[in-house]
Amino acid sequence: MSKAASALTLHHIASERILVLDGAMGTMIQRLKLTEADFRGERFKDWPRDLKGNNDLLVITRPDAVEAIHRQYFEAGADIVETNTFSSTTIAQADYGMEALAYELNLEGARVAKRAADAVARETGRPRFVAGAIGPTNRTASISPDVNNPGFRGVTFDELRTAYAEAARGLIDGGADIILIETIFDTLNAKAAVAAVEDVFEEKGVELPVMISGTITDLSGRTLSGQTPSAFWYSLRHANPFSIGLNCALGAREMRAHIDEIGRVADTFVCAYPNAGLPNEFGEYDESPEAMAKLVGEFARSGLVNVVGGCCGTTPDHIHAIAEAVKGVEPRHPPEIAPKMRLSGLEPFELAS
Amino acid sequence: MTKSTAIFVNIGERTNVTGSAKFRKLITAGDYSAALDIAREQVANGAQILDVNMDEGLLDSEAAMVTFLNLLAAEPDIARVPVMIDSSKWSVIEAGLKCVQGKPIVNSISMKEGEEQFREHAKKLRRYGAAVVVMAFDEKGQADTFQRKTEICARAYKILVHEIGYPPEDIIFDPNVFAVATGIEEHNNYGVDFIEATRWIRQNLPHAHISGGVSNLSFSFRGNETVRAAMHSVFLYHAIAVGMDMGIVNAGALPVYSDIDPELRELCEDVVLNRRADGTERLLEIAERFKGGASTKKEADLAWREWPVEKRLEHALVSGLTDFIEIDTEEARAKSTRPLDVIEGPLMAGMNVVGDLFGAGKMFLPQVVKSARVMKQAVAYLMPFMEEEKLRLGTTGSSSAGKILLATVKGDVHDIGKNIVGVVLQCNNFEVIDLGVMVPAAKILAVAKEQNVDAIGLSGLITPSLDEMCHVAAEMEREGFDVPLLIGGATTSKVHTAVKIHPNYARGQAVYVLDASRAVGVASSLLGRDKANYVADVQADYLKIADAHARAQDNKRRITLAAARSDGLKLDWSAYRPKKPSFLGSRSFVNYPIAELVPFIDWTPFFATWEIKGTYPLLFEDEKVGKAAKALFNDAQAMLKQMVDEKWVSANAVIGFWPANAVGDDIALYADEARSEEAARFFTLRQQIARSTDKRRHVALSDFIAPKETGVADYIGGFAVTAGIGEEAVAERFDRANDDYSKILSQALTDRLAEAFAERMHQRVRQEFWGYAPDETLAPAELIRETYAGIRPAPGYPAQPDHTEKRTLFELLDVEKQAGIKLTESYAMWPGSSVSGLYFAHPESFYFGVGRIEADQVADYAARKGWTLREAERWLAPVLNYDPVRVEAAE
Repeated sequence: MSKAASALTLHHIASERILVLDGAMGTMIQRLKLTEADFRGERFKDWPRDLKGNNDLLVITRPDAVEAIHRQYFEAGADIVETNTFSSTTIAQADYGMEALAYELNLEGARVAKRAADAVARETGRPRFVAGAIGPTNRTASISPDVNNPGFRGVTFDELRTAYAEAARGLIDGGADIILIETIFDTLNAKAAVAAVEDVFEEKGVELPVMISGTITDLSGRTLSGQTPSAFWYSLRHANPFSIGLNCALGAREMRAHIDEIGRVADTFVCAYPNAGLPNEFGEYDESPEAMAKLVGEFARSGLVNVVGGCCGTTPDHIHAIAEAVKGVEPRHPPEIAPKMRLSGLEPFELAS
Repeated sequence: MTKSTAIFVNIGERTNVTGSAKFRKLITAGDYSAALDIAREQVANGAQILDVNMDEGLLDSEAAMVTFLNLLAAEPDIARVPVMIDSSKWSVIEAGLKCVQGKPIVNSISMKEGEEQFREHAKKLRRYGAAVVVMAFDEKGQADTFQRKTEICARAYKILVHEIGYPPEDIIFDPNVFAVATGIEEHNNYGVDFIEATRWIRQNLPHAHISGGVSNLSFSFRGNETVRAAMHSVFLYHAIAVGMDMGIVNAGALPVYSDIDPELRELCEDVVLNRRADGTERLLEIAERFKGGASTKKEADLAWREWPVEKRLEHALVSGLTDFIEIDTEEARAKSTRPLDVIEGPLMAGMNVVGDLFGAGKMFLPQVVKSARVMKQAVAYLMPFMEEEKLRLGTTGSSSAGKILLATVKGDVHDIGKNIVGVVLQCNNFEVIDLGVMVPAAKILAVAKEQNVDAIGLSGLITPSLDEMCHVAAEMEREGFDVPLLIGGATTSKVHTAVKIHPNYARGQAVYVLDASRAVGVASSLLGRDKANYVADVQADYLKIADAHARAQDNKRRITLAAARSDGLKLDWSAYRPKKPSFLGSRSFVNYPIAELVPFIDWTPFFATWEIKGTYPLLFEDEKVGKAAKALFNDAQAMLKQMVDEKWVSANAVIGFWPANAVGDDIALYADEARSEEAARFFTLRQQIARSTDKRRHVALSDFIAPKETGVADYIGGFAVTAGIGEEAVAERFDRANDDYSKILSQALTDRLAEAFAERMHQRVRQEFWGYAPDETLAPAELIRETYAGIRPAPGYPAQPDHTEKRTLFELLDVEKQAGIKLTESYAMWPGSSVSGLYFAHPESFYFGVGRIEADQVADYAARKGWTLREAERWLAPVLNYDPVRVEAAE
């Protein structure tokens, strides 16, 4: 299996400095105040369901808008942008009746991001990367959606594995440099994604770096499916990811302790892209670029992170401020972790020798 | 709980249809909810990994595995621990792998069907992410001899690790335990073959683990459980010594190796280790004798047994006697219309007597806790009858004084005090829900909501817990709670509650509770009719305290850090030649003999735990508490003896010494005598109190180490000891038996043993390991008065209030690995019965308190430690001489 050349470059850069990821796509799309007609374009003008809100579809109907956003993030200082494919799985697209478009959405999503990356890399002489984003879908494999029937599951491991594989194929064919499995609130979903991505690597004879990012949903310090940060890492370590980390749900302040915990147990790079604070009383994220950069800058100076960026509510201004805050700061050095058998349920377990 | 680390993992078989008839019946009958209860009980009883096996001919094993694992995922108290997916069918294993979000163990795969299939399964497992048990089994069959076992394991290891890239630490070999003493000569060496194969694998196949099903070994002694258990114990003793670290063992029945009758042990060893040709016959000869066994108990004065039943119950409660409680409770029940009448009648009447005597100072805490044990056992006896009545009549009935939730906050592990409070509340008719230790705010609130509690009580011993309590209070406010919040524990204070916690919780009322004896008064006032007046009083009181605190802040004069430094303790280093320790680096002591620690126990704090004030042994003479103290002491002595003899707990330690010099207020530790490479750095804090007349210097711990510029080659030591390995299991055992008294007693004793261990270790350090006082001859009592040279201050205590310094110490000594002690996120040590600190040898070193410090030192300290100011203020909150919020606002 061949490792992509960009993977080596990426590893090299990550060992020298802190990499910067982009900010929110949704926030930027909202600012454009697009109409139902924008979302539909010519091709879907007669689609039987409402399409406004299916942000991922814009890679086909308004690729210019999506590419412009990617460019803004690169210009703000991002090394890596995420493809606009968070919901581009057959499972998540079912809401719009667009299951059949899953492969194409991922393919175009990667292509449009790659165009922006290549252009900015040429202009600035600095390598830029595209992380093919695979979201969690809107179903959970280890939690029952029916409170009266805790053994029931809305989706199975195999269904997820098939859906994720389709997404991964599109992303790889479209030129993604990295696969990013993100916003994981149920680790079993992520395990299916890892298996799927490895299936596709084997099928295509390539191997891209994999970034994994979980979500600690609230102040309990656990994922939605109940795992602690260490248990989460033990569940996914077999993927040998390029990075492990957290995104979404929390602001940098609330995320710090959990990122710290992951960094202590993980012998790989650590990635953090929190929200712009916690939502205010109107449900908006209003932490300023300066305030957020101060917090994320402290992550960097404390040696907690290798990759930083932003999630909900963050903008190119945030990314610019964050990029400035981590500039020149020594990246975290992954610790040497003694080989021991480490298992997990909701909590971690370690066998002494 | 945070991460659990195990040295030997015992896999239970209760959720295994091939190992438990009960579980099999439930699964075949489709009673999954009862099956889950078994799993829950397993985990509650300490199972570290849950073995799930559905291999039963009449079952759809795949479906049963999926159903059970999916249901299990919805039970956080079970799903906490990893699962072992146990099946001989690959399809069942794979179905199971698709249901678990954690990282499981798969049990098992082998080369039985050849290498190709083995490879295929291993590759798939690699993709799912799992540890795997590999049976020593190949195309020719199960490996029986040392030769076959090691050959097959080596071949499997090579394929897994070198071809497939399987992490070697995720491989567990099962080299097959076979029956010995069967009468067939070829079988005699099976035990030795297993043990020797284990040794070989651990030496030659790095990081791989060893497991085995131990019960096979004694198959020929079916029906004689005593002999079987002895054989298992002997076998494990030898196999664990060479590296077996996992096994399927019926642990409940397993005797401690050293407790086995010496004659039986000798004969078992002959058989297991194949030491003599006639071993089997000799064991068979004596086996009959050990079939069963009885013990006798001495009789006490039983005159009270003639009294009427109500009087007997009262007597049992007041005297703390459990021997007849079930008989008496049954007799009272038979006389009553409803089982509840027994509780509300004679039992409550008896407890009221106890409460009155306690209130009048005629009974003492240990006695009250014993009474509670009697009460609990009586209620436990009545429970099934009440349940039955509830089903029959659909009624409930309880006249509890209120429901109170108790928890030791997240990051903190200490709970003796909280347990005592719980017992005292229960004695006074409160219903107590005890969530244990290290409980996150979210869980406290969730349970409080679900159970609709009337009050919440938080406990904590270490200073970072104060912050966590503020957080819980703020969360209660945010979530709209209004029930009273009780605050207690060694680190808490009325001032902290009034100034920091109370303002976070405006909707309800936070109240500080000084000790267990006040808990009832506070709770009754808060939940009683007079609540409004009581709360008004508390608020007025807290307002005054907060006011006084704010005023006092302005008055507490401190000198600047620069001034304090120039007035530091300047020892004369020109005349002092530090002694070089006998070794540099660290040394660990695993399973330290506990008997050796007993004479070093300082009993005075033990009595203080039970709220009996006074100095040991003078307090035995005290007219008021003397008798109660003596009784408690006798119980403690008896339990201590059992604890030592039966090895309830084990003790580990790790100590170390390093070349060191002071650099400003820091202590730099060097990798070697060249003193060029800094290995670590301890940061210390300096006194800043303004002293007008007093000539005492402004000390920091770094003053006791030779400054770098003197060129004097000085040293520092460090240690971490625990006597609490296994203490949790002991406490849980008593919990299950409704025996709070023994539970708290055991916790108080392990706590003392840990302190004794620190004392003993310090003595050995002075005499042998560091050896700067080789001729010291002090009796243990003199040690307690600390008349020796040198000190052993602990991070988090007055001489260095910063708990986070423990992390440096723990990393230097690799404490978690060497001694099995962990740090929580708040830097509490787990197990709780642990002590750590630094060793200073200078004869003029002494214990002191840093006291409150000023903003200039906090900023300086933050810069030295690489902290933000906010972080420094958070960790040093208890010693700040200013209110960080006020300073910020003023700027």
